[in-house]
Amino acid sequence: MFKVFGKLTKISILTFWLIFTIFPLYWMFLTSIRAKTETTKHFYYPHGNSTLDSYRKLFEQYAFGTYIKNSLVVSISASIFVVFIGLLGAYALARYRFKSKSQIMLVFLITQMIPGLIALAPLYLLLSRINLLNTLYALILCYIGGMIPFATVMLRGFLQRIPPDLDEAALIDGCNRFTALFRVVFPVALPGIAATFIFSFVQCWNELFLAMILIDSDSNKTYPVAMRSFIGAYYIDWGGLAASVMIGIIPTVLMFALMSKFMVSGLSAGIVKG
Amino acid sequence: MQNSLFKVARKDGKKSKNFLGPLLFLLPALILISIFIYYPVFKTADLSFQNFKLYDQGNIKFNGLENFRGIFQDLHFKRIIQNTVLWVTVSLFFQVTIGFIIALYLRNRFKFSGLYQGIIFIPWALSGFLMGLIWKWIFDDNLGVLNNILLGWNVIDKPIPWLSNANWAMAAVIIANIWYGVTFFVIMILAALQGVPKEMIEASELDGCSRAQTLFRIIIPYIRPTLILIILLRIIWITNFPDIIFGMTSGGPNEQTHILSSWLVQKITYDQDWGSGSALALLILAILFIFSIFYLLATRLEKESEV
Repeated sequence: MFKVFGKLTKISILTFWLIFTIFPLYWMFLTSIRAKTETTKHFYYPHGNSTLDSYRKLFEQYAFGTYIKNSLVVSISASIFVVFIGLLGAYALARYRFKSKSQIMLVFLITQMIPGLIALAPLYLLLSRINLLNTLYALILCYIGGMIPFATVMLRGFLQRIPPDLDEAALIDGCNRFTALFRVVFPVALPGIAATFIFSFVQCWNELFLAMILIDSDSNKTYPVAMRSFIGAYYIDWGGLAASVMIGIIPTVLMFALMSKFMVSGLSAGIVKG
Repeated sequence: MQNSLFKVARKDGKKSKNFLGPLLFLLPALILISIFIYYPVFKTADLSFQNFKLYDQGNIKFNGLENFRGIFQDLHFKRIIQNTVLWVTVSLFFQVTIGFIIALYLRNRFKFSGLYQGIIFIPWALSGFLMGLIWKWIFDDNLGVLNNILLGWNVIDKPIPWLSNANWAMAAVIIANIWYGVTFFVIMILAALQGVPKEMIEASELDGCSRAQTLFRIIIPYIRPTLILIILLRIIWITNFPDIIFGMTSGGPNEQTHILSSWLVQKITYDQDWGSGSALALLILAILFIFSIFYLLATRLEKESEV
């Protein structure tokens, strides 16, 4: 009797949370495919009048294609550098013993306490001095800088799980530390590297405030910034808004689906923020 | 916790008397971190003592503590502090509790548990700002589906002014934040739970412990260090997470749903008052730093008194 009750509680809690998680997304999806005259109606399932008009409008009347491209360029290039530079640092921290290693580790860990928002004004001033304002390079640079600590700590966690004998054997076979890392350790650490890349991609794709302050011209806007001005209008076109939100979340959800297998071990490896 | 991390790091790895090798590997990361994370902290400290308004650049000068005074004397300051405390504590309480319960349930695999896990982890991948927009649509006073459902079920007899009344709006943004943040705790706690040795749990059950006793006497003490650390990181993170608020209310109505960090963004991007914004940023950093020290001391003291 008691056991049945326990099982029932479990099922109802899990079901409630599932519905609560899904419903907002489902509702946004329904709104995005409603015909223009019906956007504000409350139908709880797809309707006979369903249409992709709201999506079409985004690409025909607004430059959403450009925004997606910008976001992809920024997120992918920043993440590649983040993983590369992070891997180098992680390798040193995982494999070498040296003086003041714990102090250097602290330099990485303390960054977790520093809010990224603090950097908005200083980075604007810095980038204006080197004439990079309003370019995608500015964003890429800032995102690399901001992401490196987490990537280093996370990758270090992965590298520590790989037996050091592996690269020591490579060293005996004539590799130096650098080639040992990229020829021997890299392939073994690939799941961790992929997880780090995807995590970084998601963070860059979703970043709003830096992009808002550093980018001014419409042709260089990233997706969230474009969304921000899109809804800045006097009335809200809920159908268009819903469609653009759906498009905005597709890349990260896809990335996430690729990664969900490593998620629990991956994120906890570096106990990261975000 | 940090000390134990370093010990693990020292145990493995090859001895190297050469300092240059690891330094070369670390150099790119250290340079970028210095420029993009540590330099802004010092620059912020510098800016916070200046009259620095973007629209009035001819008049940039040192103005002492004027920016800080402006913040403390702001009409909305008290409300914003209250909101920040509420935002952090209420969100955190529900995120931890719900996250813990779900992680406990997911510990033992069941049919479709992989799929279930995949679905409830989705919010983690989404942009806080876009999620704010989704919740804004759901909470909309007149057209929102939530009022529609509540009216339909006769829970309420007139629409709740979710986003136009300051207190309801605060509740709304916190609900959205709970929705968003539970995933993090499920992931972290699930990972921690997988580290609890099965034999320990089995032994305690053999000894006649009830489920609750096993949970509170065995499991929670075992994962305590992880819990302490992730809760601290999360407090810092939630304090600096204005994205949902920006999507839902932009701090409105009448600045009544601002928290410290959304107020900071407002000062930097809309008001373009960077002196005041920097002072506020410094204030947030100081609060979090002092809080972290007390938090770590308190959790350590508690542990020592147990022994």
